[in-house]
Amino acid sequence: MTIGTETPWSTRADFEAVGAEMPTDLDGPKLLIGTRKGAWILAADAARERWAVTPPMFLGQIIQHLVLDWRDGRTMLMATKTGHLGPTVFRSTDGGCTWTEANRPPKFRAGDAHGRSVRTVFWLAPGHADEPGAWYAGASPQGLFRSTDGGDTWDPVDGWNDHPNWGTWAEWPDVEGTPDGSMLHSILVDPRDARHLYLALSGGGVFESSDAGGDWRPLNAGCAADFLPDPDVPTGHDPHCVRLHPQRPDRLYQQNHCGIYRMDRPAERWQRIGDNMPRDVGDIGFPVELHPRDPDTAWVFPMDGTDVWPRTSPDGRPAVYVTRDAGDSWSRLDAGLPPRAWFTVKRQAMTVDDRDPVGVYFGTTGGEVWASADEGAHWSRIVGHLPEIYSVEMA
Amino acid sequence: MKVRIASPLRSYTGNASAVVADGATVAELIDDLDHRFPGLAFRIVDEQGQLRQHMVVWIGQERCRDLSTALDGVDEVVIMQALSGGCIG
Repeated sequence: MTIGTETPWSTRADFEAVGAEMPTDLDGPKLLIGTRKGAWILAADAARERWAVTPPMFLGQIIQHLVLDWRDGRTMLMATKTGHLGPTVFRSTDGGCTWTEANRPPKFRAGDAHGRSVRTVFWLAPGHADEPGAWYAGASPQGLFRSTDGGDTWDPVDGWNDHPNWGTWAEWPDVEGTPDGSMLHSILVDPRDARHLYLALSGGGVFESSDAGGDWRPLNAGCAADFLPDPDVPTGHDPHCVRLHPQRPDRLYQQNHCGIYRMDRPAERWQRIGDNMPRDVGDIGFPVELHPRDPDTAWVFPMDGTDVWPRTSPDGRPAVYVTRDAGDSWSRLDAGLPPRAWFTVKRQAMTVDDRDPVGVYFGTTGGEVWASADEGAHWSRIVGHLPEIYSVEMA
Repeated sequence: MKVRIASPLRSYTGNASAVVADGATVAELIDDLDHRFPGLAFRIVDEQGQLRQHMVVWIGQERCRDLSTALDGVDEVVIMQALSGGCIG
């Protein structure tokens, strides 16, 4: 099925000014916004001072993830479902001008031994640079799927989905799992080796494959699992977001349900760099984002993980925290953010651009997108009144 | 037979609210609909052949969740989204 629009979103006339003035150009970064009720594209001028926004795309549909293929700069995939209809993937090969549904969306095999069916396509990730057209998708239940044709047809990654330990590693049946369903996310491809993969389960932990997904092993040593009777277990952890630094692929950062961690391979043990966060803020959160050029710099958005886990900012005082020394110390970045607010920033809802200085962006459950053009030193709200934001990705 | 199509699915049918399709059972009918309107079936039936939780097939005045139900003598089927008596937003 193709849903067509008349003109590409790259045309300035397709955008509306967010503030009082329309940007004089749209040469700055673009943000792909996935929400509970549709998708939007935000575009900045070269100075990243003024922003414009498209009308809604797929209004009313649940957009978990909207991702640009950084390899060709024009293919986009969108993970979507509706309140009634099953999950699918739409794809655009013209920068969001027209969208076509995948001919074979991610799905488990008929007659699956576990009886699994995909409820939600949760995460989309382009594959290795040497494999144009390769994409991975993570789902709920915690299945892994791969496309080799730019997202048009998808196959289960049997080495993961049918791994003999899948039933132990994954949350299945996931009746006690995450409220919106247990999910597979943070699919990472080593830029030096297309066969070297990581993925993460909420819950379940981090897993690594060195043979293109044929076999997997847990990678959770050092991570806390405070919610388990035996916290020293090989799997069952709850990574919220894992990132691999593109310039130093042996460096991993992880925002976990139980802290912030770093691992420098070939080490096998996570180091809790969140212990260096202020005690009254803690080190709980959903996203972690990395500086595109400096492996020692990362941003997080702490949330309240006390009591019944409100998942809002600690004490209702929103702030981004940055480390410039790989987690040895952290600095609070809240200039321009509201002094009191009660939103949550989900794991896919924070991103960075590749400019200098780096732009940092996050979207909130209250439908706002906040931006900083100076690596988090100053923040401004670039759009509000959107539906609950699920994902913010750079285009 | 005539198949009435709920609004969330009309992007597959060229916005038609009613189409014609054939099948001896509900499953066959949905297969035929998917042949005519590719992609439609997976939005209402999962990969294990189960009608999705929030979809309803009506045969006359009867709700049908068993896709093996025969359609002998049936001249109209309605595919509708379920109204569950509330929504969290």
